[in-house]
Amino acid sequence: MKIHLENVVKTFESFQAVKGVSLDIESGELVALLGPSGSGKTTILRMVAGLEYADGGAIHFGDQDATDIPVRDRGVGFVFQHYALFPHMTVADNIAFGMKVSKVKRDKAAIDSRVTDLLRLVRLEGLGDRFPAQISGGQRQRVALARALSVDPKVLLLDEPFGALDANVRRDLRRWLREIHSELGITTLFVTHDQEEALDLADRVVILKDGQIVQQGTPQEVCRDPKSAFVMKFLGDANVIAADVRDGRAHVGGLSVEAAGVADGKGELYARPSDIDWSEQGPGIAATIARVLDRADGRRVLATTGAGEALEFDVEPERVVKAGETGFVTLRRAKVFGV
Amino acid sequence: MSNLSIRRKPPRVGDAPLFRRSLIGIVLVLVAFVIVAPLVIIGVEAFSKGWQLYRDTVIHPDTLHAVMLTVLAALIAVPINTIFGIAAAWAITKFDFWGKRFLLVVIEIPFSVSPIVAGVAYLFVYGLQGLFGPWLDAHDIKILFAVPGIIIASMFVTAPFVARELIPLMQAQGRDLEEASTSLGASGWRTFFSVTLPNVKWALLYGVILCNARVMGEFGAVSVVSGNIRGQTNTLPLHIELLYHDYNATGAFAAASILALIAVFTIIAKVALERQGAGRVRKQANPAEKTS
Repeated sequence: MKIHLENVVKTFESFQAVKGVSLDIESGELVALLGPSGSGKTTILRMVAGLEYADGGAIHFGDQDATDIPVRDRGVGFVFQHYALFPHMTVADNIAFGMKVSKVKRDKAAIDSRVTDLLRLVRLEGLGDRFPAQISGGQRQRVALARALSVDPKVLLLDEPFGALDANVRRDLRRWLREIHSELGITTLFVTHDQEEALDLADRVVILKDGQIVQQGTPQEVCRDPKSAFVMKFLGDANVIAADVRDGRAHVGGLSVEAAGVADGKGELYARPSDIDWSEQGPGIAATIARVLDRADGRRVLATTGAGEALEFDVEPERVVKAGETGFVTLRRAKVFGV
Repeated sequence: MSNLSIRRKPPRVGDAPLFRRSLIGIVLVLVAFVIVAPLVIIGVEAFSKGWQLYRDTVIHPDTLHAVMLTVLAALIAVPINTIFGIAAAWAITKFDFWGKRFLLVVIEIPFSVSPIVAGVAYLFVYGLQGLFGPWLDAHDIKILFAVPGIIIASMFVTAPFVARELIPLMQAQGRDLEEASTSLGASGWRTFFSVTLPNVKWALLYGVILCNARVMGEFGAVSVVSGNIRGQTNTLPLHIELLYHDYNATGAFAAASILALIAVFTIIAKVALERQGAGRVRKQANPAEKTS
């Protein structure tokens, strides 16, 4: 089911949470709404679900205008951040609930066999008679997903689905959700503030800031070509170095970086830690090492430029560097934005 | 290593023996004088003139009528207040609407207003010289100095009990469960009966029990609106006072023992419910081994 949002607006009391968002989600696509807290991503998701009504604009499911269809009849599966499992029902009863209350009547045997199928799908065979309090967080989230899928939703919506889980469980569930999506092909929209999660899981990432879309595209597109300093910073660690822009190039400390389309004057260079090289000799931007952090996958160096800017970059594990050393950094690649 | 095993544990805060014993002592003394002694006296005094007089007082038509009236008031006031409490708590915790804070304050009013003030207020509303008095009189509807007045006054005093038990719990539970239920296609009623109610039932039962205890024991408001007509509008607490003023102390204690007995049963019911509730929670919360 294709979803189309057209200039959707939502205001809470005096706070405008969503300021005119238009978005297309293709049938079968897995799309992430990514943004910091307060960017309106959850509100958009809840409006697609029908848990909030849009103050303006329209939401279409396929050819149908769904803007005013109540959540009960909208045919969406919603997975809540804190699972929202019914604590007084067993896992199986939780999954069966949607089928029991459905306007489409099913007999008990049909419901039971569907519950068994869904338990197998989320790999929780044999846990049907447990209560939600008796299973782990990751298992609860899988039950919540099975419950949402039980009503054959046209659209699957997940609100920070892995936010309450620890890092390892999160990574496993992410891969697993991707597999389920490939298997079922259901149009899926999920909300996250974790850029790694969005980039890992989604076909397309929609980045939001202050209730508006600032950029959208495949993970490759947004990572390789961030259109603003905000997106650059939000997607990962970034070093910021002040530079002078002249004739489409940015200049700093003897380095010159391509800066097409940036107006002459003051600019800012953004570089990922992995895109910075360190050498004892110039040319480059002079810097002094402040600290060295040893990590499983290399050494992270914290340094300060002559201009007082803090830099973070990685060197090979064998590289001998110490706090207090001076040297020069060069940039393998960087993005330049006007100030 | 051996010195580690004989190391004394540092006392926790408030764990000093003197401090602990004084606190426990104060509590025991207070409980003995304030709670236990009066209850014992009721029992002792009720039977002080022998079983015969106790029996006579209890089966006296006026006493029996008072008991019936008290039970009747509870049978009507408690269900109505239960429905009111559920509706108010549901509205306040699950919906946003204009005047929500005001409603919260209004629900609290019976707690802060002296029951006797409520009784007097009802006199001014429904009394002959009151707001609706002439109209009620013209249509021959008796509210004051009659059973309806007693029930209305009891309802006023106990209106907050159920709502007060439910609101904090339902607030803590949030709206997620209801939203989940609705998104799965359940109707409002279905959501209420299948999802909301089962999750608040212990608090609800507790509120109902407290409400019931208060209806049966209510004195001030009922005293004003009932008119204390012996054998007609006397509830059990009023009957006890009447007997006492008749210098029939033994009778008063005998009647009081009935009320005390009801109270004790209420407490036992409450404890039993809490046990059952706690057992269920433990059963749900105790994860079996090897869950992950």
